[in-house]
Amino acid sequence: MFPAWMLETMDAILLQVLNGLDKGGAYALIALGLTLIFGTLGVVNFAHGALFMLGAFCAVTLKEILSWEMVTIDPTQKTAWGTPLEVRTPYIEAWLGDAGSFILDYSVPFSILFAIPIMLVIGIVMERGLIKHFYKRPHVEQILVTFGLAIVLQEIVKSVFGANPIPQPAPDMLSGSADIGAFFGLPANTVVYPYWRMVYLAFSGVVIAGVFAFLQFTTFGMVVRAGMADRETVGLLGIDIDRRFTIVFGLAAVVAGLAGVMYTPILSPDYHMGMDFLVLSFVVVVVGGMGSLGGAVAAGFLLGILQSFASMNEVKSIFPGIDQIIIYLIAVVILLVRPRGLMGRKGVMEG
Amino acid sequence: MVKAFKRHSDTILMLVFIAAVLAGPVILEPVGAGYPDLLQKFAIYGIFALGFNILLGLTGYLSFGHAAFLGVGSYTTVWTFKLLSMNPLPALVFSILAAGLFSLLIGWISLRRTGIYFSILTLAFAQMCYNLAYSVLTPITNGETGLQLSQSDPRVLDTAFGRDYGAVLPASDLFGIEMTGYPGFYFCGVLLIICFYIALRIFRSPFGLMLLGVKSNQNRMNYTGLNTRPYALAAFVISGMYAGLAGGLLAVTDPLAGAERMQWTASGEVVLMTILGGAGTLLGPVIGAGVIKYAENIFSAFNEGTLQSAFSFLPEPLQHIAVSITGLFVGEGWHLTLGMLFMVIVIFLPGGLMEGVNRIINLFRRSSGGGGEGTAETAPQPAE
Amino acid sequence: MGILSVKDVNKNFGGLRALSHVNLDVEEGTVHAIIGPNGAGKSTLLNCFVGRLEPDSGSVTFADRSLLGIRPYQINQIGIARVFQTPEIFADLTLIDNVMIPAFAKRDGDFKVNMWRSVANERGVHDKAMAMLEDVGLDMKADQIAGQLSRGDKRRLELAMCLVQEPKLLLLDEPTAGMARADTNNTIDLLKQISRRGITMVVIEHDMHVVFSLADKISVLAQGTVIVEDVPEKIKGNPKVQEAYLGGAHL
Repeated sequence: MFPAWMLETMDAILLQVLNGLDKGGAYALIALGLTLIFGTLGVVNFAHGALFMLGAFCAVTLKEILSWEMVTIDPTQKTAWGTPLEVRTPYIEAWLGDAGSFILDYSVPFSILFAIPIMLVIGIVMERGLIKHFYKRPHVEQILVTFGLAIVLQEIVKSVFGANPIPQPAPDMLSGSADIGAFFGLPANTVVYPYWRMVYLAFSGVVIAGVFAFLQFTTFGMVVRAGMADRETVGLLGIDIDRRFTIVFGLAAVVAGLAGVMYTPILSPDYHMGMDFLVLSFVVVVVGGMGSLGGAVAAGFLLGILQSFASMNEVKSIFPGIDQIIIYLIAVVILLVRPRGLMGRKGVMEG
Repeated sequence: MVKAFKRHSDTILMLVFIAAVLAGPVILEPVGAGYPDLLQKFAIYGIFALGFNILLGLTGYLSFGHAAFLGVGSYTTVWTFKLLSMNPLPALVFSILAAGLFSLLIGWISLRRTGIYFSILTLAFAQMCYNLAYSVLTPITNGETGLQLSQSDPRVLDTAFGRDYGAVLPASDLFGIEMTGYPGFYFCGVLLIICFYIALRIFRSPFGLMLLGVKSNQNRMNYTGLNTRPYALAAFVISGMYAGLAGGLLAVTDPLAGAERMQWTASGEVVLMTILGGAGTLLGPVIGAGVIKYAENIFSAFNEGTLQSAFSFLPEPLQHIAVSITGLFVGEGWHLTLGMLFMVIVIFLPGGLMEGVNRIINLFRRSSGGGGEGTAETAPQPAE
Repeated sequence: MGILSVKDVNKNFGGLRALSHVNLDVEEGTVHAIIGPNGAGKSTLLNCFVGRLEPDSGSVTFADRSLLGIRPYQINQIGIARVFQTPEIFADLTLIDNVMIPAFAKRDGDFKVNMWRSVANERGVHDKAMAMLEDVGLDMKADQIAGQLSRGDKRRLELAMCLVQEPKLLLLDEPTAGMARADTNNTIDLLKQISRRGITMVVIEHDMHVVFSLADKISVLAQGTVIVEDVPEKIKGNPKVQEAYLGGAHL
């Protein structure tokens, strides 16, 4: 039905778009929180990547806790050495039986429930304890203090969990790959896509939709949006901005944390993953336009997809190394052509 | 009158600085820092921070990409060693030029934006350089292994002058004086003094005053008939050249260049040095660089054994607790201390150590009712 | 034709007509006031003089040179200085430095890497700046940090910064806004002295007291257009002006 070369190109394009989407989802989630904090609180949060990393380590922690094992000795069985066989069962299986194994298998999704309260608390503590005092300080100092905080957080995680990445398996049922190509009428097994990446994509879509719905349809969200548009006026209305700031910060922390939790099966978490994503997320925010929520999401997916295209061998053979720098290159071009980013507004953070 | 006194005090400041650098090995002996390897680091990072301060302290632009220029300096020096000569002078000249050109390009683009956008642009450029150094540019940078010298290097000039290093890996030498140990330190030290003198001249010049104007109020600068961008760009390039020199010196004292030198954490470190000492002050950044490198040296040298002996006066269980808590901050955990230090300084002393010193001096002055001009520049409040 | 000439300037913001067919002619050596109710387009007009806004059509010329399409620093370099509603000074520098920067800008142009000379050796510039501070009565505070000054003193400092450049034209955007009566009167006296030096001034002002004490000529702007241009005595009784003010939101 199609000539072979065309099929191959379509395969390749489809595959790259898909590959880019899940990474784009992570960028979008982090950038969303960054730009939200930025637009409402006017703070540049260099520790936002650390929140993503902490989220990922929430998943690691829960998995550890769930895997605590009960050691029983089975007298009926002997090991090869003739000693009684030690049977190790995670407590959770011993107590809950099959439900326990199910929870253990699905530890990553279950970590969402675990991570929400933790990230909320972390976010609120961070805002009340530190960020609050920096609203009126120069941006340089905001950058520096959050930068310091990011180092502290990542070093603490390093000293607790070690420096090596800790792999987190996706649930068994979702650890395979889907034959997406077949779905689009392409020959079987040309375009396969891991289930978990689909889950991540859907998940980020849901979270983004949730955040937007929250901002769009609740009174609270309305005030936040008004505050992003014009902080001074909202302040003059006598609305208690302080409490809302705290909640916005907490929300952003939760969003970043969840992005981290669900990303663990795709990328084994280690202590510096936050910084790696932070730099890229900043670029995403800048490309999307500082303070623009829609811009952050659009730019997140756009850059994710472009990055994945740039890592195709065909592209790399024309522009060597392009996969390493594409995102930065785009940021530079965007900032030169459209200084306020794709959807940026006038006057945000200028001067 | 006051001006005349000020000029006088600059001469004193310069003389004290020269004396302090030259007597460095003796002065720092009591604190255990009187050995050449560490002294070299003090001098090199002092140069790096001095240059960074010309940008941050005078114009208020916060760059997160200066490690890239440090890296460029190192690579250029090693390549000059390989191709031309083991003499550090041509290598450093090329390093300064390369870093200068590089910073001209990056600065020209980044300075189209101000504030946070500028910081992010420089960060993006530095990350780009770092990623490239690890991937496509491997033929130039030798990737993860780092760029090293080898016996088969051509060294055209050395060969032309009949210098033969025989079958060993050569060390850099200045007309026969090897750039290791104390000669290496004094070479760096003399350059530090020269750099300090240049910085002093810039601080006191009309050009420096213009840069302070850029930091203080760009709008007023524009309506005063001054084109702010070339001023900021000039400061950016000067600080980039300082960074290139520092990077070159790192490679002179230890002929090796790796991409990790360009990582953004290294950029963060020079920011910290400058802030810690006091951005906008003359001496501050040099002191900040010294304090950080000294602390790094001390803290990362600690291990469990040294901690145990340090806390041996405590009863066993307490000793155990003390060791495990302090253990978090030393050795591998040195970065944790660094991060904490970062936060504490920014929170409590945004003007840096020099501001702290000035506060104390003012306290004494007020209580004694005396007056007079301090040798150190009083820092203008950091502003945007 | 005057030194500053505005011909048929139009400016729209979206659908909103901010300026429509504005004509203005400022005679050299005079004080020309632009008054009008809130939202009449006074600030928009001023921004068209200084390169911050580009009119949709029309021309703005200064000494036969077009001011359109050039940047603020270039506008200053051809001899136009500006005073802002809120004084724009170098808040964390000393007063003397505040005045020396514009003096250097006048002498060295828009950019010069002058890094081997010492400011302390620039006696000429220093003395000029000091004399200027004396003129505005701030010489005693020369070594203070500018940010600590009172609002009235900041205004004086800003004037000194403009005057040290010996501009041909001085633009003042509500120079007495937010000032106490005494400060206002001091500023009026100061501006009168400046005017006597032969510097042309364009003043945008709300305060009628200020306008009538200073202006040689007044243009009344309402709804983006100049309704009257005349000497102060005739403006007072003009029915159009009264209507503009009463019809507007000002009174």
